[in-house]
Amino acid sequence: MATKHKWKAWLYLLPALAFLAFFLVYPLFDVVIYSFEEGYNFVTQTRYGIGLYNYSYVLHDPYFLNAIKNTFIMVIITVPISTGLSLLISLGLSHIKTLRNMYQTIYFLPYVTNTLAVGLVFMILFKPTEYSDGLMNMLIHMFGGETIDFINGPYAAKMFVMCTYIIWIVMPFKILILTSALASVPEQFYDAARIDGASSFMMFRKITLPVISPSLFYLIITGFIGAFKEYSDAVALFGVNLNSAGMNTIVGYVYDMLYGDSGGYPSYASAAAIILFFIILVITLINLGISRKKVHY
Amino acid sequence: MNENIDLRKIKKDSVKRELIKKILIYTFLSIWCIIILFPFYWMILTSLKGYAEYNSEYIPKFISLEPTLDNYVTAFTLVSLGRYFLNTLIFTVVTTSLMMVVTTLAAFAFSRLDFKGKNLVFTLVLALMMIPNELVVITNYTTMVNLHLRNTFTGLILPSVTSVFYIYLLKENFEQIPESLYLAAKVDGKSDFEYLVRVMIPIAKPTMVSILILKVIECWNAYVWPRLVTDNPNYYLVSNGIQEIRENGFGRENIPAMMAAVVSISIPLIILFLIFRKQIMTGVSRSGTKG
Repeated sequence: MATKHKWKAWLYLLPALAFLAFFLVYPLFDVVIYSFEEGYNFVTQTRYGIGLYNYSYVLHDPYFLNAIKNTFIMVIITVPISTGLSLLISLGLSHIKTLRNMYQTIYFLPYVTNTLAVGLVFMILFKPTEYSDGLMNMLIHMFGGETIDFINGPYAAKMFVMCTYIIWIVMPFKILILTSALASVPEQFYDAARIDGASSFMMFRKITLPVISPSLFYLIITGFIGAFKEYSDAVALFGVNLNSAGMNTIVGYVYDMLYGDSGGYPSYASAAAIILFFIILVITLINLGISRKKVHY
Repeated sequence: MNENIDLRKIKKDSVKRELIKKILIYTFLSIWCIIILFPFYWMILTSLKGYAEYNSEYIPKFISLEPTLDNYVTAFTLVSLGRYFLNTLIFTVVTTSLMMVVTTLAAFAFSRLDFKGKNLVFTLVLALMMIPNELVVITNYTTMVNLHLRNTFTGLILPSVTSVFYIYLLKENFEQIPESLYLAAKVDGKSDFEYLVRVMIPIAKPTMVSILILKVIECWNAYVWPRLVTDNPNYYLVSNGIQEIRENGFGRENIPAMMAAVVSISIPLIILFLIFRKQIMTGVSRSGTKG
């Protein structure tokens, strides 16, 4: 066909490529450069030299170390619980027919809500009012417990609220993926197993789990990545100043360095973002390594 | 005779076991339903309680005896919630439209047109999917500051336009359309662009609707980028508005009014979800990442 069409193809691509180049490719290189520029001044755009000082500063910053600790705790608690619970719920859903659509619709609701808005509701559930200790404390009292200050109180209480909210908000996606994975298990497999007299547990281990293992591992990998990038949910619960609440996350630290009361240090922000990127990379590679051994494709 | 009774007993037992299993499953699923729905119930309930009623409770009440809409009036008059809505609407409409045009053109070029280096460019574009947003936000922020685009819609919208994943999704969809249709259109003397608009877009409509709605949800809930690039309340989106209300409130800590604001910004998306439930859920299960 005529050659004049060839340059026209690039015309169709031009808008997308221009956006990608300007807002994705260029920033990627730029952030690496930033992270090595020492003493970069945002206003005068000058620097003292090139080196690893930014990384060393960030790695010695108690706020960053605290953010790393918080993020790892959130990851370790929320990823297994949310994935396990989602699997249980999806298995339950696959065993019923009546009302199944209704349940699925309700389970998906948190996905389409604004996390800042619903986070506020969670805060209200845990927060004391003028004359009462709040709804959650009322429940604790009912079971004979002591009042706990969830919002300004001990670290464990704050972490509990945080993880509860994260689990609540990430489950819709996992339930959706696992439900469609379970629906793809061929019914004949189960029939054959039943004839052989296999127990439910045996069928789950030998048929269901291998078939859904790719989806399960996909969820675990994306779950880890998502949890390491936790930020908005923490802001929703504890406000913009996460450092003073002691609940900052790695991504929160990056944004605080860039902007806000302690901001104006794009070099530190870049170094922290690159450290985060490598943490995620290593965790993902470990996950992939394990999945290669365990997943049946 | 004996054998018959035994069989009946076995059958009865298994029916019984099946029933108990069903009851357990339904109980478990219903408990989770309550856990999901309760925050929504609590936010609507609190938004209907009067300021005095809420603050005078010694025990949190599960119903309101004197429901009032005053909080909604407060939410829209004491802070510029209406303004945040309008900003979010403008942001969502412009960003989504731009994204649809850019994505459709690129997907068309990758799926139907022939040019040198196509596979290489496509692979490079796909590789960009792995770049986390957190890494590029830093430079984009400084770019916007240097271009004096803070507190403008241009600054808000431009970096939010592209999504590599949607280009990929639409390209896959376009490729399923038979090549013969393209050749037939060529014979009829139609240009590439006419073919795209008249033939491909109508056929790929379901996928395009999914992409459109997912982008609308993403825009409506956008928080991080708008927070970085705006510090003037005149340009706040709903997420930033709600955060502002949380930090500074309504002059005093007015939780019922706060909940009225939360209900107001949640309702548009919930309605959208109930209308396009199928498209959203299939779209998400194919897309894989959130935001």
